[in-house]
Amino acid sequence: MKLTKAIATTLLLGALTTSLAQSLTLYVGRGEALAGPIIERFEAETGIDVVVRYGSTAELAVLITEEGAASPADGFWAQDAGALGALAAAGLLAPVPDELYADVAAKHRVPGNLWVPVSARNRTLIYSTDRVDEADLPQSVFDLADPRYRGRVAWAPTNASFQSFVTAMRVTHGEEVAERWLRDMIANGAKAYSNNNSQLDAVASGEVDFGLVNNYYLLRRLEEQPDFPVAQTFFADGDIGNLANVTGIGVVAASDQQETMHRFIAFLLSEEAQRFFTNDNHEYPITTTVAPHPSLVSNDEAVRAAPEVDLGAIDDLEGTLELLREVGLL
Amino acid sequence: MLPLVYLVVRALELDVATLLELATRSRNVRLLGNTAALAGLVLTGGTLIAVPLAWLVTRTDMRGRRIVTWLAVTPLAVPGYVMAYALLGLGGYQGVMMRLFDVLVPRPSGLWGAAAALTLYTFPYIFLNVRSALLGLDTSLEESARCLGLRPARVVWRVVLPQLRPALLAGWLVVALYVLGDFGAVALMRFETFSFAIYTQYSSAFDRSNAALLSLMLLVITTALVALELRLLGRRRYARVGKGVGRQAAPERLGRWAPVAWLFVAASLGAAIGLPLLTLVGWIALVPPGLGQLRDVVGTFLGTAMLAVPAAVLTAVLAVPVAVAGLRSRWIGGRLLERLVYLGYAVPPVALALALVMFAIRFAPGAYQTFPLLVFAYLISFLALAIGPVRSGLLQVNPRMEETARSLGRGRFMAFAQVVLPSIYRNVLAGGALALMAVMKELPMTYLLAPSGYRNLAVRVFGLTNEAMMAAAAPFALAIVLFSSLFVGLLLTYEGRRDG
Repeated sequence: MKLTKAIATTLLLGALTTSLAQSLTLYVGRGEALAGPIIERFEAETGIDVVVRYGSTAELAVLITEEGAASPADGFWAQDAGALGALAAAGLLAPVPDELYADVAAKHRVPGNLWVPVSARNRTLIYSTDRVDEADLPQSVFDLADPRYRGRVAWAPTNASFQSFVTAMRVTHGEEVAERWLRDMIANGAKAYSNNNSQLDAVASGEVDFGLVNNYYLLRRLEEQPDFPVAQTFFADGDIGNLANVTGIGVVAASDQQETMHRFIAFLLSEEAQRFFTNDNHEYPITTTVAPHPSLVSNDEAVRAAPEVDLGAIDDLEGTLELLREVGLL
Repeated sequence: MLPLVYLVVRALELDVATLLELATRSRNVRLLGNTAALAGLVLTGGTLIAVPLAWLVTRTDMRGRRIVTWLAVTPLAVPGYVMAYALLGLGGYQGVMMRLFDVLVPRPSGLWGAAAALTLYTFPYIFLNVRSALLGLDTSLEESARCLGLRPARVVWRVVLPQLRPALLAGWLVVALYVLGDFGAVALMRFETFSFAIYTQYSSAFDRSNAALLSLMLLVITTALVALELRLLGRRRYARVGKGVGRQAAPERLGRWAPVAWLFVAASLGAAIGLPLLTLVGWIALVPPGLGQLRDVVGTFLGTAMLAVPAAVLTAVLAVPVAVAGLRSRWIGGRLLERLVYLGYAVPPVALALALVMFAIRFAPGAYQTFPLLVFAYLISFLALAIGPVRSGLLQVNPRMEETARSLGRGRFMAFAQVVLPSIYRNVLAGGALALMAVMKELPMTYLLAPSGYRNLAVRVFGLTNEAMMAAAAPFALAIVLFSSLFVGLLLTYEGRRDG
């Protein structure tokens, strides 16, 4: 009896405190290790309680679509531009004030102010330093469908960054080329993993020799474990496999906490948060006020390697998901 | 039931032609093949481990039979995703074996990896059933067979095994339902079965009809399995006919076979308990958790228990009226209710959670992402677990006692409360303990239905493992295993009483 009473009291108190304090509900499509610490800092500094629902970016984007006007989410922090573009196109995001973009480079402005980029990254190729000779590295992501790489390549079809890359390939090279590449890769025995980190592990543990990931996962791992037997490289300059992308955040149109969300977004663009993104996460900062961490390839080199793709044009997430389902990856 | 009906509605948003095309597309056929292959391997593997173990602890003079029995049930405390995590964390260049002992063990994956993980934690269900059956067998039948000249091996084949059929079928059904419903182990082993595919479709398609359709297909398969089991059990008779006392078996002398028996016990239990413990303890030793992380583990544990305890109490309390209705009601609704509860148990958790999410968003937005809805899902899924012990308790209560109480002027309700309840109270506790264990390690429903910000131990383990953060996941996983093994003891004392 005492126990039930204690539980009831605790639950009641919990409910009371959450309703009294200001609180935000955030859907986060990023790994907890990459987003959690900075959210905690925001809570500590402002006293605003942030309730987080973690999940994959596509999953949460679909959920917000299904929830529609009834969505409990105030904001959506996505791993890539594609998912945000899709929600924006569906009218589910509310525009944010111009001031928020003050420190953001002009090329990262989003039409209609419907969402805000938060950090930047590149797609890259990881490989095993034990089993891969540098002469054996592919020049283009299309080369990976070559018999030389049969059964040696990992990818993560459910991962939003991979999906954005596929959307970019569809936009740049056309539907047919993208579909043929996917089918050729499958026929060549590409192995599916759940995300970037598990690909790193698969390369290190010897299950595969190559993996298609975002640039910062390996840098983080090397910091913890300097002898980790994996390295990364770009494909030839301009190859679609080097796609530059951003994480971003949008305010859900149905939210009644628009202003608190703007405060949160302003915090993500503050020097403190931007430094966290580059120094701890090893992503590129999105604002001009903070310099990239020294472990990163220089901005110039990253820009030279990246293909020219307008991030606003890769919002057809639904089409990519359909394509991935059609070829049997989802 | 309503949410399940809604699944049909959502699936029917597609026109019939698309529906047929989707249902029969090659990918689904492959899913069916994968799921069947996995179930086949797990059932075979589980039986090969469980039946000899059960025979050793019931029919031989092997030493330490009690401890072996206890150990053989303990894997129940290791959830499938933890078992998969253990197998994954052990092998590879970065695994525990390599780091601690410099031995390279390949990392399991796919069909064999998933089958190994599932076999190692589900075989106790077969073991428990077969053990009870062996304890209850009347051995005079075997003796007659021997007198009639059958060699011992033939006796086992022709007399003992056929009598174990109901126990095997019951164990197989439970295990098969687990295989069909499992989400964590197959996801980590990257092996696509129906439950996994439902989740993938759910999480990556704007159009929900496909996930709904796959859920329905899986539902049809589980219902067919339950029906098949009922049919196979059929109208056969296994009870003693005629008078006389059943004989207990004289223990078989193992003699020089004893080392072989011990080797078998050590290998199977070592794999099922030793491997996960080695991985968990190994990771904790390699990367000791900091103070902050320990606080996180304790907090998550309390949060998990905070929800699991009330849910288990509610389940146990509700189990009583449902069991009574199923046993005693002359009204057909009572028995129907009990059947429905068993159907709830057979509904794959992913499908149930998906149905509730879609239903709540559309028709009950107030309940969406709330604890009551999550507890309701637990209730649908686990009520049957609690009913089992309560039902067998009720069967053992002599109805005369209740009748006497009523003739002494007690009303129906008071008679039940004062006479029956005290004698089934232990059974209600056992039912509650089963439900508690199930809720403590529940993954897919909690993941999909919980309020934002609430994550139980299972969701944390799965999330961290999925991100390949093996070391960080270890303390959370160990918390589940330790907590659950406490309750395995409780379960066994109940089981023991029933046999005695």
